[in-house]
Amino acid sequence: MPLPMRTLDSGEWVVLQVAGEIDMASAPQLRQRVVALVTGGVSALVLDLSNIGFCDSTGLGVIVAAVKRLRTNGGDLRVVTNDERLLALFEITRLDQVFEVFPDIDAASATAPSAHSDESDH
Amino acid sequence: MTDWAVELEIPAEPEYLSMVRAVVSTAAGLDPRLKDSRIEDLRLAVSEATTNAIESHVNMGSSERVTIRCDLRDDQVEVEVTDHGEGFDHGDLVPHPPVTDPNRLEYERGLGLSLIRILADEHEIVSDSEGTSVRLVVYTAPTARP
Repeated sequence: MPLPMRTLDSGEWVVLQVAGEIDMASAPQLRQRVVALVTGGVSALVLDLSNIGFCDSTGLGVIVAAVKRLRTNGGDLRVVTNDERLLALFEITRLDQVFEVFPDIDAASATAPSAHSDESDH
Repeated sequence: MTDWAVELEIPAEPEYLSMVRAVVSTAAGLDPRLKDSRIEDLRLAVSEATTNAIESHVNMGSSERVTIRCDLRDDQVEVEVTDHGEGFDHGDLVPHPPVTDPNRLEYERGLGLSLIRILADEHEIVSDSEGTSVRLVVYTAPTARP
């Protein structure tokens, strides 16, 4: 099952919007898309998960890998979601301390990537 | 509520995960006492257990099926995920470093069992060289809690 994804620009950030369910079956598609974006020169990525209906630990693993890939390249990744379920999942896994989570794209892309890329802030 | 059960046997392929989630959440939703948030807890926990089962079969190259049985009992929903994979030893699981440690980014995996422990009211994992069985329980009535 294809994972619906599309990209758009928001200020200095590239936004990757993902819909559907992220699990062991679909996560490789997200991973490949992030790799392609970073390989193509993207260093400031907003991952918009507003339309995700389900995300399991495989999906969380892909997000962690994406954060690592972007920071290794001097960039950063921010996550967008307003979904209580997903926010709770980030909280119980404490991943909300690994990457920043914003309620919408405007908030996520309001400041430059360098302003929040220092991990010592967390 | 009358005891009621549904059992699935699926090929060990990730494409079947969404079907397992749909069946288990629909079955659990038959008990009106179970809140949506608890059905979501169960949905994720079952998905994690089934993912591990599928992965175990894939690692072994096994073509055997994974079984998911969902029982609606008087005061709880119980789901058992059984595989015929290689099994695992809890002692071999490496804990993640703290989130403040930059090395946390080296750990993309291993959250599944943690989530199962957090989301289910009860869980039991029995694993040996013949395979693994994960039993998950979510209480439907507050009085069921010990």
